[in-house]
Amino acid sequence: MATPLEFTEATRERAAEILDRYPDEYRKSAVVPLLHLAQEEWGYVSPEAMACVARLIGCSPVKVAEIATFYPMFNREPVGEHVLAVCHTLPCALTGCGSVFDHLSEKLGIGLGETTADGRFTLRKSECLAACDRGPVLLVNRRLHTHVSPAKVDEILAELDKG
Amino acid sequence: MAAPLEILTAPLPAETDPGDIDAYLAGGGYGAVRKALKSMSQAELIEEINASGIKGRGGAGFSTGMKWNLCADRFPRYLCANADESEPGSFKDRLLLESKPHQIIEGMIITSYALGINLGYIYIRGEFFQIIDQMEAALADARKHGFLGADILDTGYDLELYVHPGAGAYICGEETGLIESLEGNRPYPRLKPPYFPAAIGLWGQPTIVNNVETMAQITTIVDMGAEAYKAIGSEEDTTGPRLFGLCGHVNKPGIYEYDSEVTLRELIYDAAGGIRDGNRLKGVIPGGISAPILTPEEIDTPMGFGALGKLGSMGGTGGIIVMDETTSMVDALLNASSFAAHESCGQCTPCREGVPWMNDILRRIRNGQGREEDLDLLLDVCKQIHGHTVCVFGQAPGVWPVRTILVKYWPEFRACIERKELVVPPLEESYLRPDQYEHIPPVPGNFRLKTEEADAAG
Repeated sequence: MATPLEFTEATRERAAEILDRYPDEYRKSAVVPLLHLAQEEWGYVSPEAMACVARLIGCSPVKVAEIATFYPMFNREPVGEHVLAVCHTLPCALTGCGSVFDHLSEKLGIGLGETTADGRFTLRKSECLAACDRGPVLLVNRRLHTHVSPAKVDEILAELDKG
Repeated sequence: MAAPLEILTAPLPAETDPGDIDAYLAGGGYGAVRKALKSMSQAELIEEINASGIKGRGGAGFSTGMKWNLCADRFPRYLCANADESEPGSFKDRLLLESKPHQIIEGMIITSYALGINLGYIYIRGEFFQIIDQMEAALADARKHGFLGADILDTGYDLELYVHPGAGAYICGEETGLIESLEGNRPYPRLKPPYFPAAIGLWGQPTIVNNVETMAQITTIVDMGAEAYKAIGSEEDTTGPRLFGLCGHVNKPGIYEYDSEVTLRELIYDAAGGIRDGNRLKGVIPGGISAPILTPEEIDTPMGFGALGKLGSMGGTGGIIVMDETTSMVDALLNASSFAAHESCGQCTPCREGVPWMNDILRRIRNGQGREEDLDLLLDVCKQIHGHTVCVFGQAPGVWPVRTILVKYWPEFRACIERKELVVPPLEESYLRPDQYEHIPPVPGNFRLKTEEADAAG
């Protein structure tokens, strides 16, 4: 059997701080915030990561799996170094998100939900990101880009290439 | 022309970091907290909010004072501020979270104090990474300055507030779904009754779930006083300032602050600078994607919750999606339906099965493979879902857009089916006038289309 995954010391401290936010008898409330930590640490939430979160909470791994499999933000498989999510809900559709997605898809040579062969980029669509006055919008990792056009996509990709 | 307001949207001094508590304090920030905790009793505060006439800004337009009054006489009680803003077309909460985090925290402190709450959470949708970071920092600063923690402002009152992040599920904005999510369960909305978490909420205790804009407005009410607050807008409909977010095919998309008396026409043509390229309006969704669409003849309406309700639509979140004459309503509805199909939580069969089914039907119509019976089938599926689910999701984003866009733009959908391709008819031929179909109240079982006349018009 594989060695159980454990958070690094720094992440364990953050996990303890998160658990402190909830009454001790309701530690399970921390499951979503702790899954976010796991995803930050390992890039995705594997069954081993779920087991790690379950140990911190003191519940069975399946209880964590039940939550991790519900929310779209939790990656269940490895993703690219950069995750690009194009909002495709109505207000962004009205302002041209289709051409943004198509341009990204063509530039990266991947389709919806795919990751480039070099593991650098994953391309997704997102539901409404609540910035409808600044559409089309594109979420790149943790950062929201607004008024995105195919030309701006080129700039964003160049910036990511510079690292 | 109604006059724009600058109450919630008051600009920050130049070069100010919205999260900077020192700048906020210098501008009189946390004055409302001082006033409430130092000079008002809990009963006086509750009375102040009742007197203000404020209706909650989360979308349902329910009286905030009444919600508070429903709080069961049990302790501990909890507060959840709802910052899970996910309704397509809505972006007012983002604006407040980005620009006024401390005003939201103030409202949460005042609300908690008024109701004897010692622990609260602000539930922020997971995709708001930068907002979550800023709010965490703002809460830490508030704690450092003695506005949170033990013995706040030497009053003996204790309160802790924390951020709780979501993870990309629309259903967590439904207040009982939010509570389930906060408890660490799948966020399936709870069966009603009890109708209000104020009776049984988080961890089985009385819980107030208020939208973050409502929280910011509580600060405003305490700051200006209920008398001045209720002078804004209309006491019969909605008091206080409203935030209207215009997006889609307008020249100047953005958030505009007015009272509820402003008309939809004024918002589109005056505030937001009219339609792009001088095009004509085809349709407008007045309060987030769930709000039934209005046609060009219906925009001379005030934006109050009651006024829009009379038109068979709703005020919702104030997120206004404007579509010009080049828009395919079949595409627009397919998009709205795809959102609903993706976000149905799956708890109730009518919604889990019915909403994606409608999405499939709409997709085949859009792709030129629509069948003769499809429009009636869509209406029938709507009827099967409406009122047959635990929460309002099945009908709000699920049914209402289908029912109203389909009925009002019936000729356009008919044209797509008859010509077996996506067509955008000339504006005049694309929609029905209000006298060509029966009024569409958003209640189940009371839904008829004058089909013969509709067909004749198509």
